[in-house]
Amino acid sequence: MDIAQELLNGSKLALSRAITAIENEHDDAVDIMKKLYPHTGNAFVFGITGPPGAGKSTLTDKLAREYRLMGKTVGIIAIDPTSPFSGGAILGDRIRMNDLTLDEGVFIRSMGTRGSLGGLSRKTADAVKAMDAFGKDIIFIETVGVGQSEVDIVKAADTTMVVLVPGLGDDIQAIKAGILEIGDVFAINKADHEGADRLNVELNMMLDLGGMTKDWRPPIKQVVANQGKGVTELITTIEEHYAHLKTTGQLTTRRTERTKNEMLDILKNGISTYITNHITASGQFDEYVKDVEDRRVDPYSVVNDILKGMLK
Amino acid sequence: MEKRIRVLVAKPGLDGHDRGAKVVARALRDAGFEVIYTGLRQTPEQIAEAALQEDVNVVAMSILSGAHAHIFPKVVNLLKGKGMDDVLVVGGGVIPESDIPALKDAGIAEVFTPGTTTGTIIDFIKANVK
Repeated sequence: MDIAQELLNGSKLALSRAITAIENEHDDAVDIMKKLYPHTGNAFVFGITGPPGAGKSTLTDKLAREYRLMGKTVGIIAIDPTSPFSGGAILGDRIRMNDLTLDEGVFIRSMGTRGSLGGLSRKTADAVKAMDAFGKDIIFIETVGVGQSEVDIVKAADTTMVVLVPGLGDDIQAIKAGILEIGDVFAINKADHEGADRLNVELNMMLDLGGMTKDWRPPIKQVVANQGKGVTELITTIEEHYAHLKTTGQLTTRRTERTKNEMLDILKNGISTYITNHITASGQFDEYVKDVEDRRVDPYSVVNDILKGMLK
Repeated sequence: MEKRIRVLVAKPGLDGHDRGAKVVARALRDAGFEVIYTGLRQTPEQIAEAALQEDVNVVAMSILSGAHAHIFPKVVNLLKGKGMDDVLVVGGGVIPESDIPALKDAGIAEVFTPGTTTGTIIDFIKANVK
């Protein structure tokens, strides 16, 4: 199968196989990406993050359905943690989106983090591109919520939404750096639970204290995802942010930054592979290590010599 | 090496006993597989479509309601119809021994009845996945 061509022709199987090739670093993965790349850059990429159990998948399901009613096609990448011990994972986000499985306009793919620390799979960006080239109007990236260091999502998405739930901490928790700084939109889910209004106030206070010079004050919306309450208003807010990004030119700025980061990432990967294949694989490197350990030479000088040899 | 074995674990039909499926899912995770757990009340169409989108290597179905003879072959055929010819399809649950030959004829690679160790399932998958 010519995966890239079939994908561009609209084959879901090809899209699926393309994502696998990307994830597993098949020999043809780079070729596929090269063919798909000219067809990317059209989709609205929307990131959803937040602590575990906040209801991200349930909310994604509801948002996707609304977008479908608006006539948009949807791609969803649902990311769950890979076990650092076994390398395996339970990818259990899809279960919240069962009814979308048979919707022709929706494609859902579950991915494990497979060792990447920021909550996003390294291959997520390329999987997004595959869905983009396939023609999806909007692509959701739903990440692992492992606490306060979810900033990778900002690099991957146009608009980022943070989903919070009441009862997970007080106002000090709210002003800690990280997850709360990255939201373009905040959603308080399970808003029928006690503490929702209090959390709303605390978030607003945090936003005030930040002295944000941004031209966009992140709105806070209360929803009850599993009942579908507040979802329509949330979509309106999301669309407002996307429109704002376009009119202010920030969409271009963010995407250029994203391209830059991706290129640097590819470059670093290439260098890392080079190091593994040409430097550490050689017996010579073990000799260096021994010299350094025995204090015959220092590691900085050795590396400097290696680099000079590499870069001449 | 980045490759992982991806397994869809699903409970087709109207059977709500998911303890076994969850135990198997956990064991597969601990064996290094990526398990897409789709849960209860899946139709054969949902199972086949999810298998396609997730590009799984294995579809593992659990059924205790007695509907296996109807549902399992249906899933196999739907997978073939979607061009997924090399998916290993296995089943488990309450399935009489006498029903197993027909299931295998219909394309089910193996049936794991109560008492089977999770180790057996894992070894079978590793040995037979394409």
